[in-house]
Amino acid sequence: MGKKTYSRQTSLLHSHGYDAHTGAVSTPVYHATTFHQSNFDQFGAYDYSRSGNPTRETLEETIAELEGGVRGFAFSSGMAAISTSFLILSKGDHVLISEEVYGGTYRLITEVLNRFGIQYSFVDMRDLHEVARSIRPNTKVIYIETPSNPLLNITDIEGIVKLAKANDCYTFLDNTFMTPLLQRPLSLGIDVVLHSATKFLAGHSDVLAGLAVTGNELLAEKLAFLQNSFGAVLGPQDSWLLLRGLKTLHVRLKQSSESAYKISRFLETREEVEEVYYPGLSYHKGHEIHVRQAEGPGAVLSFRLKSEVEVRRLSKAVKIPVFAVSLGAVESILSYPAKMSHASMPQPERERRGITDGLLRLSVGLEDTNELIEDLKQGLNSIKIESIHDKIIHL
Amino acid sequence: MKKHIDTILVQSGNRTDAGTGAISPAIHLSTAYEHKAIGQSTGFDYSRTGNPTRSIVEDTLAKLEEGHRALAFSSGMAAIQAVLSLFTTGDELIVSQDLYGGSYRLFLQFEKQYGIRFHFVDMHDDSRITEKLNGRTKAIFLETPTNPLMNETSISAVSSIAQGHNLLLIVDNTFYTPILQKPITEGADIVVHSATKYLGGHNDVLAGAAIVNSEELGEKLFIIQNSIGAVLSPFDSWLLLRGMKTLSIRMAQHEKNARVISEYLKNHDCVSDVLYTGRGGMLSFRITREEWVGPFLQKLKVITFAESLGGVESFITYPAAQTHADIPVMERNRLGICNRLLRFSVGIEHVDDIISDLENVFNQLRGEAIIHG
Repeated sequence: MGKKTYSRQTSLLHSHGYDAHTGAVSTPVYHATTFHQSNFDQFGAYDYSRSGNPTRETLEETIAELEGGVRGFAFSSGMAAISTSFLILSKGDHVLISEEVYGGTYRLITEVLNRFGIQYSFVDMRDLHEVARSIRPNTKVIYIETPSNPLLNITDIEGIVKLAKANDCYTFLDNTFMTPLLQRPLSLGIDVVLHSATKFLAGHSDVLAGLAVTGNELLAEKLAFLQNSFGAVLGPQDSWLLLRGLKTLHVRLKQSSESAYKISRFLETREEVEEVYYPGLSYHKGHEIHVRQAEGPGAVLSFRLKSEVEVRRLSKAVKIPVFAVSLGAVESILSYPAKMSHASMPQPERERRGITDGLLRLSVGLEDTNELIEDLKQGLNSIKIESIHDKIIHL
Repeated sequence: MKKHIDTILVQSGNRTDAGTGAISPAIHLSTAYEHKAIGQSTGFDYSRTGNPTRSIVEDTLAKLEEGHRALAFSSGMAAIQAVLSLFTTGDELIVSQDLYGGSYRLFLQFEKQYGIRFHFVDMHDDSRITEKLNGRTKAIFLETPTNPLMNETSISAVSSIAQGHNLLLIVDNTFYTPILQKPITEGADIVVHSATKYLGGHNDVLAGAAIVNSEELGEKLFIIQNSIGAVLSPFDSWLLLRGMKTLSIRMAQHEKNARVISEYLKNHDCVSDVLYTGRGGMLSFRITREEWVGPFLQKLKVITFAESLGGVESFITYPAAQTHADIPVMERNRLGICNRLLRFSVGIEHVDDIISDLENVFNQLRGEAIIHG
């Protein structure tokens, strides 16, 4: 099938072609860790599975095509993709990171990379002036998440790219929340796109995976070297699960995004909710930038209740969303960032970033939208009922 | 009651699922785990941090190596990378001079980019180790037997140096496995494995493991495993567990075959020398003429010419061009990894079939040599 002539919806289903030997539509799972070499002077395309595996390669080619890059890399988790990419740096190098970065990335930078002499500073990426002021002569990477996790803050991708290019540093972007269906950062000048493919790309809460894609040949070579050298590669069975998940990405994301918008409109009407964070709301800070650089608001939203007590009541009362970490699944997942995704961030740092004890993140799944809204409604109602109940007890 | 290793291996994963009584443990693909309420966790939250299937394989590995805790990684190199991440810019390590090419490549990478220094020494000679010691030395990393030269090092001898200088001792136990050698019982602090090899044993799963001897090291390494995220997937954890059930009987057969084959090769005039410790299934040998290497590998019918080792199928690898291609030629030759050296991972086929495969190829090479001079 010819490349780039089809929409992303179609290429999700057909980009990797069919198995050359059997015509199988579903890519075969090659468990072989090693491959017979029939020619002594010239080794075949595959020798050892860590260096290259046909199933993983199909996935890597697919994501490279979807993101519009020259080469894709699959890793054993999103963090493995992020850590391997950061390790192209050397001691003495500096990275500038979005201050509201995912807790796992925060931990990696502050507890592991710092030991290798890699310096870092956190900055509010919404403020381009502050970003410009924070760039040092040894800054090698600017790392952004947009929309960010969990407050859905929007960063001006082109603004950051411009600053990075002027200062000769690379830009990395975590595209987990958007996927290449909604946002294609390489086309905006980003050097490396990263994914926790565990989330929307795979979509079924059944596979841990990470992806990196670059449009830069030199970076592709560096990443290939490190992927092989560090060995945090994705297994063949998991590569296959991810390819399988990708086939329904378009319909999943479409349905979830539509529901997320309706839920955000519902939440903003409720008095228990102090604030709703969702890029699809016209008053969401950065909405205009988001509309310019992405093709949709996605399926993750956050909202703020007054306190941890209220969060406890709601999480106990809701029946449909799973109360768990992670996001981007067919099942709706309600998470509590303060104690889950951002638990590895010290409390003052967390609160300064707006990740307070009343904040909840909702990853909207494929359940019936009205049922989700009804469930949230009874959950929010229970906050008031329990609070009246408490008052009576204390009288 | 302390059980024999054969029993630990066979029983691994059994009695771990009280709900169903499954003998072969379930593969838990779920990446996320429900919390009944805030702060109420089953012990599993997110699959990278902890997964029920991976936990079973990790517990088994810890028991096998008699360590405190084991961590499973997506490849042997990922396990070694995690262990190296215990160190900081400015730290120094003393390491075996002949070791797997992938480890060698990783060490150079850590030295060049992150400022951790590696001294490559001959581990047989205590003085070579002690002369490299200084205030920045933090650990000794050794392979025994080494890959591919099959040199054995006394772990307890090196351990006494390590303990005397407050260094961590890290041992790559891929070649012998805990069936033949348990480095922690001889004083090692950390054991690493490419579990892709004998532990998995079927050339169908890429996996790595690190086993530590203390709670403190376990916690440090766990933080790194969770931060770097190079974890072994549930399906691969299950495959590894399945593979390990037959480790004991596989190893016995590998060794039995390797002993017969090493005798055969020693007495063969096409072979100049055989490197075999007398234990395990790995041996190396040098063919008499370098120009024979290519045709030799291409004519084999039973033995496979491929990279890797430790599987049920016999493999011959050409270190100079495959596993050790990253080591500069001068350095390779100095160590003895010359262009005539072949590494043999003896499989569990019938030994007569392996020998006749070798005999046929040697006869063809000799015949051609007579014709062409």
